[in-house]
Order: sequence, then structure tokens, then C-alpha cells
Amino acid sequence: MIYQKDTAEPSYLDYKGKYKGIFSWIFSTDHKRIALLYMFSILTFFAIGATLGLLMKFELIAPGRTIMSAQAYNAFFTLHGIIMIFAVVIPGLPAVFGNFLLPIMIGAKDVAFPRINLLSWYLYVTGVSLVVISQFTGQGPPDTGWTFYAPYSFRTAGNMLPAVFGAFVLGFSSILTGLNFLVTIHRMRAPGMTWLKMPLFPWTLYATGWVQLLATPIIGITLLMIVAERTLHIGFFDPTLGGDPLLYQHLFWTYSHPAVYIMILPAMGAISEIITTYSHKAIFGYKFMIASVLAIAFVGYFIWGHHMFTSGMSGTALYTFSLLTFIVAVPSAIKVFNWIATMHQGSIDLQTPFYWAMAFLFVFMIGGFSGLILGSLAANVHLHNTHFVVAHFHFIVFGGTGFAFFGAMHYWYPKITGRMYDTRWANIGLVLFFIGFITLYGPMFYLGFKGMPRRYYDYDEVFHAGNIVSTMGSWVLYSGLVIIVINLFASLKSKIKAPSDPWGGKTLEWTIPSPPPVENFEEIPTVTKGPYNYS
Amino acid sequence: MENEKNHIIPYRTFLFVLAGLITLTLTSAVVTQISLGTFTVAIALIIATIKSSLVLRVFMHLKFESRMFSLAVIAVVLLIATVIIITLLDYLYR
Amino acid sequence: MTGETHRDDLTSKTGMWLFLFTEMLLFGGLFVVYSVYRFRNPVAFHLAAQELSVTIGTINTIILLTSSTMIAMSITALQTKNKKLTLFLLGITILLGLAFLVNKYFEWGGHIKEHIYPGSSILALRGQGDVLFFGLYFFMTGLHALHIIIGLIFIAIITAKIFRNKITFNNYVLLENSGLYWHLVDLIWIFLYPLFYLIT
Repeated sequence: MIYQKDTAEPSYLDYKGKYKGIFSWIFSTDHKRIALLYMFSILTFFAIGATLGLLMKFELIAPGRTIMSAQAYNAFFTLHGIIMIFAVVIPGLPAVFGNFLLPIMIGAKDVAFPRINLLSWYLYVTGVSLVVISQFTGQGPPDTGWTFYAPYSFRTAGNMLPAVFGAFVLGFSSILTGLNFLVTIHRMRAPGMTWLKMPLFPWTLYATGWVQLLATPIIGITLLMIVAERTLHIGFFDPTLGGDPLLYQHLFWTYSHPAVYIMILPAMGAISEIITTYSHKAIFGYKFMIASVLAIAFVGYFIWGHHMFTSGMSGTALYTFSLLTFIVAVPSAIKVFNWIATMHQGSIDLQTPFYWAMAFLFVFMIGGFSGLILGSLAANVHLHNTHFVVAHFHFIVFGGTGFAFFGAMHYWYPKITGRMYDTRWANIGLVLFFIGFITLYGPMFYLGFKGMPRRYYDYDEVFHAGNIVSTMGSWVLYSGLVIIVINLFASLKSKIKAPSDPWGGKTLEWTIPSPPPVENFEEIPTVTKGPYNYS
Repeated sequence: MENEKNHIIPYRTFLFVLAGLITLTLTSAVVTQISLGTFTVAIALIIATIKSSLVLRVFMHLKFESRMFSLAVIAVVLLIATVIIITLLDYLYR
Repeated sequence: MTGETHRDDLTSKTGMWLFLFTEMLLFGGLFVVYSVYRFRNPVAFHLAAQELSVTIGTINTIILLTSSTMIAMSITALQTKNKKLTLFLLGITILLGLAFLVNKYFEWGGHIKEHIYPGSSILALRGQGDVLFFGLYFFMTGLHALHIIIGLIFIAIITAKIFRNKITFNNYVLLENSGLYWHLVDLIWIFLYPLFYLIT
């Protein structure tokens, strides 16, 4: 099944199509080129978001005004949140690695609707542009935080409409990606690839696709209601007109909590692929892994209320949401145990992506456990809207999705570019990134526990020490990030060409040349064995 | 496969269904004018559900597609119902 | 570029159904809002609903149901290679859709003349339940009307394609898909109708 005819067909990077230069990219409907379009746009916005974060941390190095005013700080965390959530982590793994690898891993030539795939990238760029435009037009930048809570979001003088509409467009882009993946998985699996022969990364994309499809419209309509509220004063969420601001929070989190699973499920898929490949051992409990992914996606839809424990919900709702929150921890824990059991007695190859997977496990567990603390009602009253929450979701969203993103980047880099990267610099970058991450977010648990609220540019003197440590961590993290990215770009010129299967992986993407030819497969493979056949 | 896809529904089926839909519409309009208290809502919604299942099964061909489509539609409807119920858990007991 | 030249109707129909699910959820969010506010303002909703004309609502429901039947029958006509009848039925579909919009226009116009519209200070004097009921009424029927307009544009494009023989009896999945969309618009109306006009 392994072809080594390197020169038979031009790779997707060398392919000469109808268009030249940049147009051969932005008009391409090839899923691999679209994946790279996403990769470059997401990395760009990630750099912007990370720089905003760096500046916010610098503001917090000392109490009082350091480098920016309170209003600027409000605008910074709003833009940081919108960009990082809607433009980086939600599309991150599905749009980049999902686009590139899903068709290849299930043995297809492309996604089901290649042109809609390109359209969703255009929508993505439009959405982010609208958000960026909102910063420089109207009566000053949005200052509501990425959550757009009512009633402030339709009372503030900040320029909300473009930002809210931009988020709406980004949601539409996300829906189209999910829809495309679902149809692709349903209709285009290679002959013989039954549901239970499909690798775990496509499985997680499948579950993610459903969440994208069924949760995103809720935020779409909610954002439209905010637009209508600002322009027409309908009164949906305006208490002076009889509306209930809490209902806004219900609707917002009905999407935005499942959105966390849009972020983390593909990350779990990528980590599963990495761990099984470098352990040279089939994933432990393959069916349980699938069941837990589906369970997380399903239960995750009904636990939005744990973002609102202190908002004034009824007791019945509080208990229900708290219980459901604890239930969703069970399948997550199953996954962690299965990853560890996969490594047990495997012959482990210590490569950079494997280190990323280990770092992922470490921060994901801390993030998960702190989530349980926040999920218990009594503790939540104390910790709500403190830096503890900030630390928790950065451990999950940045630590989970971010570490998996960079792990996946190093894992599939040879396949995508056809080159090998410099392992030494990659590892140095990873170590700095990891140390910086823990130093940056670790103290926030302590600060939040002590009562330091989130979203203030100023704080009491008692919180000073922790903030100094945290800010220094942000510098280490940022320098690690710079090293990682420079190393990956510099390695594009590396002389070491990647073989088709540098790591000994068993899924279909490792059976085709690196970089893959335009049509992926010379002929569609027939699958006879399970995805992780190491026997 | 090809034959299954080209399933042709005769015109009269559609006209029968249309007659049924209009009858149901008029029924619901008349019935709800009689004051039945809390039952009004229930009756109106039950009739709407019957009408929508007619549209789904005949007009939208669910009757002739694979079972998977029908199951997915039911799942989506249940999902919306669950979201409404869970949200009301807050409002009913506040 | 992808070399997939053969058509796969089931694939595109599956995609359409998934898209319809997102539409259902989109309105689903509004039904959540409706349920909550109806629960909180039962009397006001009851009284405000009496101001809507059941007659116009019922006529519009029948118009939309008939329109839906026409496009469903047009598929049968195309399958049996009767192009003329297909075009005729699609024409009626579009005309009925337009009739629905015209009715809606006069209905809305009537309310606005009585100072019932979102943001109206006279409406605000009548109390919060009325504001919410009519706010939801205008927003939900407005969004629905927007869907009608989009549906009509799709159907017009499809009709033109059939006229120019771009769509024929052996590749009519586009007609099926726009039919599905039109039926969904119909489905949503089937629920909007009792929730706004009948629950009095």
C-alpha cells in the first residue's frame, strides 16, 4: 500500500493550475491549499492576539496605570477575546489540520463541497476584518469583553455593530466548515473504511462538526438580536422594556459552552494520533475513545449554565447544571486514562510532537480539575469572575487547544511541507513555551483564589507579587512562541526532505508522498484493517 | 439505488396532503377561538406538529429517503425541545 | 481541480438537510426566547395576540401551504419530463410567495399605523408584555419574510435554469434542494402561525 513514486504526480505545492502566484492560492478549491490559507491567516491573528495579551500582562506588572488607560485595557481584552476565541481557537484545528488531513485520512480526494470550503475561508477573512474595522471606526472600540453581555452591549458607546456582525459572519464560516466535514465523512470514506475503521482525528472532527452545525446558529440568532436591540430597541434583553438580560446569557452560553468542545475535541483527536504513533502501539480502548468523544459533544450541549452560577438562576437550574458539568468530566477522564494506557508498554519514540502531547496532558489535567472546582456551586460563588477563571480557561483553551495545535503542527509538518524541521530548536521553543505557560497562568490560580477579579487594569497592592511572576512568564512564553514559529519557517528551506512516513504512523496520510500530490491518492485505497494496526 | 432515487410521487398524493393541511389549518383556527383555557396552546401545537410531519414526510420526501434523515430531524427537534426545557428550569423555579 | 466530475445527488441533498438543521436551530433560539417571555407575561401575550387578524394569518398560512404543494408537484412534473407544467407550477409557487409578502406588507403597515412597532413610545405605554410580544412578532415574522425572499430568489434562478434546459429530468437535485428550503420556510410558518395568531 505504500507507494514511493515521488515524481509521478506534482505535489499540491508545485501544481500549476489556471491561476498564478497568490491567485493560485486564494482561488484554489484544493482542501490542502485552503488549509494553508487558514494556517497563515490564523497564525497572523494569533500573533495579534498574543501581542495584545502580552501588552495586557505588561499593564498588570504593577498596580495603577502602567502603559494604558482603563478604557484601552477594556478594548484590549475585548479584542483579545474576540480574536482568540472566534478567529483562532474555534477554527484552529478543524480548519487547518481538519481541512488538510480529513480527506486524506479517510481516503478521499477532497472534501464534499470544495467551493463551499473556499467560501468559508472568505467568510472567515470577512468576519475578522469586520472585527478589526470596529476598532478604528465609530465612537471608539468595543469594550464589552468577547461575551457581549446585555444590556451593556447595546448601551455602550463603543462601536459594537461591526464587531457583533463580524462574530456572526465567523460563525457562519464555522458552520460551513462543519457541514462540509460531516457530509465528507458520511459520503466519501474510502471503500472498506467502515465507521469503526476510521482514525480518531476524523472521529473528533465528526463530533465537532455536529456541535458546529447545531450550536453555532444559536449564537447567530443571539447576535442578530443584539444588532436588532441596538438599532430598533426591541427589548429582548432590556430590563426597562421587560426583557431579561439573563436570557441573553442563557442563549450566549448555549453556543459558547459547546464552542469549548469545538475547540477541545479536535485537539483530543490530534493528541490521540500523536500518542499512538510515537508509542508504536494501537490506541487503548478505541471504541471507548469514540464513545467518549460523542458523549462529550452531547452532554457538552446541556451544561451552559455553569457560566451563570452567580447570575441569579433558580436553584433547580443550578443543581442541574452543576450535576451535568460533573458528568461531562467522566468521558474526558476516560480519554486521559486511555492515552496513558496507550503509552504503557509501548516502544516510545521521544520526538517533539510527543513532548507536546505530554505537555498537553499535564496542562489539560490541571485545566480540567480546576474546571471541577468551578463546577461546584459553593466554590464557584467565591471564584466567579476572578483570575482563577482566567487561569482555568487558559489552561483548557490555550493549554489544551494551543498545545495540541503546535503538537499537530510538528507532527504533520513533514507531511504538509515535505521537509523535516530542526528538532533541537523545536524542543528549546517547546521548553520555553511550557515554562512560560506555567509561570504565566499558574499564579493566576492563586491570585484568583485570593480574590483578584478579572478584567480590571488595576489591582490591590496585595496581588503585586503574583502579578510580577505572571508578567515575567508572559515574556518567556512569548519568546518560546517566537522561537517555535521562526524554526518552522526556517525549516521550510531545510535540505532534509521528509519521507512519506517519517514517524512510523499507520493512518492513510502516511501512505502517500510528502507533500501529497494534488489528488492525494493515485488510486483510492481499499481499507481492510483498523486504523492503528501495529501488529 | 437509481430507481429508489427517482421515486415519483403522483400529483394526487400532493393534492390530498394539501387538502389535509388546509383542513387542519382551518380546524386549528376554529378550535382555538373557543375558549379552552390551557388546552388551547396544546391543541394548537399538536395540530401544528401533525401538519409539519405531513410536510416533512411527503413534501420533503422523508418517507422515501433513508431512515437516517428522519432520525436526524427528530434528533434536532428533540434538541431544541431540550434546550427550551432546560432554560425553563431556570424560569419555572426562579 | 479536484477531478470529481461525477455527480452525487445524495451528497448534495445531505448537505442541504444539514443546512436546514442550522436554520431550524436559528429559529429554535427564537422559540426559546418566545417560550420564556410567554411564560413570564401570559396575560399580556394573550391579549396582544387578539390584535392580530386570524383571518389574514389563516389566509397567509393557506397561501404558503399551497405554494409548497406547487413546488413539490413541480418535481413530479420534471421527473415525468413535462417541462411546461414544471415551469407553470414554479410560476405559481413564486406568485403565491409574492402574495404572502404583499399580505404581510399590508398587515405590518396596519400595525405601524396604530403605532405598534419596536421602539414606539405609544407601544411602550401599554406595558412590557405588549412590547415583548410585538417585538418578537416583528422580529420573527421579519426574519421569516427574509427567508421567503431568499427562497423566492433561489426558485427564480432554478426556474430560469429549467427554462434554459440547464436542469432537466435527470439532474434535478437543485430543484429538490430549493424545494426543501421552501418547505422549511413553510414548516417554520406552521409554528409561527399558532404561536402568534391563535393562542389568544
